[in-house]
Amino acid sequence: MSETSTTGGPSTRDRPRLPRGVRTRFDDTRGTWMLLAPERTLKLDAVGAAILAEVDGEKDVDQVIDALAIQFKAPRDQIARDVMAFLGALGDRRMLEMDPPADDPPGERVAEGTGVGP
Amino acid sequence: MNAVVPGMERKDKGARSLPLGLTAELTYRCPLACPYCSNPADLAQRTGEMTTEEWISVIDQAADMGILHFHFTGGEPATRRDLPELVAAARGRDLYTNLITSGVGLTRERVKGLADAGLDHLQLSVQGVDAASADAVGGYKGGFERKMAVAGWVTEEGLPLTVNAVMHRHNLDRLEETITLALSLGARRMEVATVQFHGWAERNRDALMPTRAQVDAATATVRAARERLKGRLVIDYVPGDYYATVPKACMGGWGLKTLTITPEGLALPCHAAQSLPHLSFQSVREVPLRDIWLEGPAFQAYRGQEWMREPCTTCAHRERDFGGCRCQALALAGDAAEADPACSRSPHHGAMVALAGAASTSGVTEWRYRPAVGKS
Repeated sequence: MSETSTTGGPSTRDRPRLPRGVRTRFDDTRGTWMLLAPERTLKLDAVGAAILAEVDGEKDVDQVIDALAIQFKAPRDQIARDVMAFLGALGDRRMLEMDPPADDPPGERVAEGTGVGP
Repeated sequence: MNAVVPGMERKDKGARSLPLGLTAELTYRCPLACPYCSNPADLAQRTGEMTTEEWISVIDQAADMGILHFHFTGGEPATRRDLPELVAAARGRDLYTNLITSGVGLTRERVKGLADAGLDHLQLSVQGVDAASADAVGGYKGGFERKMAVAGWVTEEGLPLTVNAVMHRHNLDRLEETITLALSLGARRMEVATVQFHGWAERNRDALMPTRAQVDAATATVRAARERLKGRLVIDYVPGDYYATVPKACMGGWGLKTLTITPEGLALPCHAAQSLPHLSFQSVREVPLRDIWLEGPAFQAYRGQEWMREPCTTCAHRERDFGGCRCQALALAGDAAEADPACSRSPHHGAMVALAGAASTSGVTEWRYRPAVGKS
């Protein structure tokens, strides 16, 4: 099921991606995944690393949740809550962009980099 | 990162952790002459910038010891012709590469070259919201116009842009316009940094010191803008601490997270640390970077808590603010091991507030520009 936020925020059919200048890497020195962004270093726990491993700019949020529910054999509701909280927090920090669904008509696409949600 | 979010670990507090970030001051040369420049006050005596090979050795050593962020700054780092080569070397070691620039000296081709070299992020300074006021601070005619063009080239390349604005008495009343400017330039992030009175700024304290009312208004403006622009523009704010009651956690702790390398290779725990004359600094030309970080006397001097005195020793905040800024303690309390006088528990706090108030109402409008540095 797809949900649409009543506040005009992103829908679960939007496709999350890390914008240029935001990337993950494994930190050998500290033995952990890190998310690197302008002037920021976020240490990712297993959940965060798993979510970002599914964020590829192609899958929509629903598909990311589905993939993780299978991977972790966990209730979808629980996974959905974690994913939405995590992606929302990254979005607030401008570490994540949301592209509209691939089948949306052209012209409704929001220009990259404006930061304004659809 | 304050809130606990699933997927993000809380920060741990390693006593002797390896650094996360390195600031590389490639050169002291700069076309601008900002009166609050953080470079050392004795610039004229400086010579001998490190070579490309020496900087690449620093990059390799930094990557080997677990550094993640590599910041290229100066002076104006774009005055170094080998900048793209150094960016490529850092990116080749998977370091997050950040360029902190005035924009002057960059062209469309050079921005593209840096993006192609793998630059992750560019931070552009602005001195004001229009050419007249901005160029009067930078002391460089045409600087503002060039910066506006540079911002366009950066966003054209798809690079994330941070606008960095140093605020003082002569531009703080235009903070809202400055935030609007950053948005219009396509910045994802902005730094609003109230001037810190070290180096050249200390010499220009009377001309630059904001009033208490300006600092309070700025804090309110930033708070409102952060709420309004959530998800559009991230604002990092360095408040003016002369009217504060708690000191800033300078550098996130001395010798704890970051270090700076000067153009001639000295490793500093903080970019202003050379204002502490009793410290001696080792050079990466002579000592391996890891050894300097772990054992160097300047890094050990104020690492941890053993150096602290009252009121810090028994203060619950010492884990959070580390006693504040050592340079400010020396300048205003007379000893770098004292509590930062920005702290209301410091016996020197009242004198600092009085000094700030007097400076802010001094009526001084002329400042001394930082002089140019010749090519070394």
